Amino acid sequence: MEAQIKVKRFNPENESESFFQDYSIDVAEDSTILDGLIKIREELDGTLALRCSCRASICGSCSMKVNGSAKLVCKTRIKEVSLEGEPVIVEPMSNFPVIKDLVTEMDLFWSKVKSVDPYVKTNFEPEAEHIVSNESMTHLLGVMNCIMCGACVSECTALEVDPTFTGPAALAKAYRFVADPRDEDKKNRLGKLNENTGVWDCSRCLACVEVCPKDVAPMERIVKMRDLAIEEGYTNTSGYRHTESFSDSIKKHGRLDETRLALESTGLLNISGLIDLAVIGIKSLFKGKIPPPLPHKPKEADKVTSIARRLDSQETEE
Amino acid sequence: MKFAFYPGCVARGAAPELYKSTMLVVDKLGIELEEIEKAACTGAGVLQEKNQKLGDVLNIRTLALAEQMGLSVMTICSTCQGVISQANHRVVNNPEYLEEINKELEKEGLHYSGKTEVKHLLWILLEDIGIQKLQDMFSIDLSSFNFAPFYGCYLIRPSDALGITENPKRKHSLDIVIESTGALATDYAGKTRCCGFPILLINQKNSLKMVAKHTGDAKDNGADAMVTPCPLCHLNLDGYQAKARRQNKRGKADLPILHLPQLIGMAMGLDPKELGINKHLVSTANFIKSIKTKVS
Repeated sequence: MEAQIKVKRFNPENESESFFQDYSIDVAEDSTILDGLIKIREELDGTLALRCSCRASICGSCSMKVNGSAKLVCKTRIKEVSLEGEPVIVEPMSNFPVIKDLVTEMDLFWSKVKSVDPYVKTNFEPEAEHIVSNESMTHLLGVMNCIMCGACVSECTALEVDPTFTGPAALAKAYRFVADPRDEDKKNRLGKLNENTGVWDCSRCLACVEVCPKDVAPMERIVKMRDLAIEEGYTNTSGYRHTESFSDSIKKHGRLDETRLALESTGLLNISGLIDLAVIGIKSLFKGKIPPPLPHKPKEADKVTSIARRLDSQETEE
Repeated sequence: MKFAFYPGCVARGAAPELYKSTMLVVDKLGIELEEIEKAACTGAGVLQEKNQKLGDVLNIRTLALAEQMGLSVMTICSTCQGVISQANHRVVNNPEYLEEINKELEKEGLHYSGKTEVKHLLWILLEDIGIQKLQDMFSIDLSSFNFAPFYGCYLIRPSDALGITENPKRKHSLDIVIESTGALATDYAGKTRCCGFPILLINQKNSLKMVAKHTGDAKDNGADAMVTPCPLCHLNLDGYQAKARRQNKRGKADLPILHLPQLIGMAMGLDPKELGINKHLVSTANFIKSIKTKVS
C-alpha cells in the first residue's frame, strides 16, 4: 500500500523555522505510523530524526502528534488515521521544546515528575517487604499503567498557557503516591499540590483523558486530589470556595445560584476581584442582561435537596 | 419532532438571549419542546469532584423524567450535554450501578431504563433535521462571512461517552453547520481547546490567556465572529474578552461571540436584535451592520 506521510521538520542548527515535508512510501497494509517513519529514515531520508525504542507501546518514547493529537505512533496503524489514503500529518508533541524534527526535549517533563517525590515515604525503615492487601491497591492499577510518554502533557490546555503548571503526567504520578496505602506523607504531599501550579490549575478540559494511550485518566486523579486536599483541611483556595459554593447551591436550590457562586468563589474579602465582577455585572446591565438576584429553582426542588442530603450523608458514612 | 428540553442554568440566568434565540429557531425548525421542569443542575463536573454519585443520581433522574415523558432530551449547552452523557455512559455500561441509582430514584417513583437519548441542538440539526432540510430553511446568504467554531470541551471529549465513534460527524458538527450557511468555518487550532471558564474564578490569569489566545488566533485567521454551542464558553469568550486581549497584548476585543441558535436564526432571516445578538458585551454593532449591508 502506498502511504503519504507529511512530517513537520525542524533542525535548529540550519533552519530558523519548521516546515512540512511530504514523503510517499510503500508499506504493508497493517503498518504502523512508526513502521512508516522508520522506513522513510532507512530508505528515503537519513536526516529524519525520531525517537523510538520498544516499538510495542511499552516504553513510551514515540509519542507524537498525528493529525493534530498526541498518539504513540507504534500503536497507531496508518490505515486507522488515513481511511482513504489521505496524507497522515506527523508533528512533534506540543508543550515540549523541539530538539530536532520529531524529537522533543524531556528535561522539564522529568523535573516535574521528580518534583512530586515519586516514591513511597514512610516514617520507619521496613524490616521486610511492606505487604498490603490487594484490595487496598486496586484503585491504583489504572494510574500505575502510565508509561510516561508525555501525550497528556502535549495536549494539556492549561500547560499551553502556563508552562509552570505541574501538568497531568506529574500530577497523575503524585496521585499514585498520595493514594498509596503505604505512604505516610499524604498530608504534606497534598499541601504542596494545593499550592499554585498544582491541582487547582487544571482546566478540567478532559484532553489528557482523551489522548492517554493507557487509560490513566490523569484529570480524574487531579480532581480526586482536590477532594482529598479539602478532606485534609486545605481550604484556603478559591478552588475550594468554588466547589463548595457550587455544591451548596445545588443542594439548597436544585440549581445553580450564579451570582452567589461568583461572589463566594472570588472571596468576600478579595476587593479587587469583587470590583472586577462588578464591572462585568454593570456592563451586562447596560446590555439589558440582569443577573438573577434569586436562584431559579426547579419545580419540586425539595425532591432534589432531599436526594442531596441523603447522598451526602451516604458519602460521609463511607 | 418533539424533545424533552433541558435548557441548563446559564440559558435561564446569565445568557437569556440563548434561551430566546433557541425558542425562535426551534419554532422555525418545527421542533416542539417540553421543558423538564423538575430537572436539577447537572453539576457541571464541579459537584462531581466532591460527590460523583450525587451528580450521577441527579443527571440520571433528569433522564428518568424524560423517560416518563416518553421523549429524547435536547440540550443547548456543551457542558450540560457532556456531563449528562458522561453519567449516562457510566450507568449504561454498568448495570449494577444503574440498579444502585434506580434505588435512589424509586423513592420518587422514578425509574431509568438506560435508553433515553440526550442530544445537543447542534447534533439534532445534523442528525434529526439534516443539513439539506436545514439549508432549505435558510433565506440569507452568509457566504461572505467567516465564522470561527468553538465547540466547548465537553461536546468533544471524552469521545466514547459522547457517541463520537458511532457518529463521527459529531467531531466536526459545528464546522459542518457553519458551512451549511454558506459561510467559511475558520481553521484555527483553538476550536476544540478550553475557553478557560472552569478556572476563571480560580486562576484568572491563565483563564484569560486562553480567551486571548483563541479569540486572537480566530481573528488573525480571518474570523468575523465566533460561534459556540456552549454558554459557559460564551460567558468567558465574550464577557472577559476585553480584559483578556488587553492583558495579553492581543489587541482590542473585536470578535463578536454568537450562540449557535443566533447563527442559525440569522441564516433563517430572523432579526439579529430579536435573536439578542446586540446583548453581548463585545460590541456587535459593526457586525450587525455588515450583515445588513452584505445581504441586502
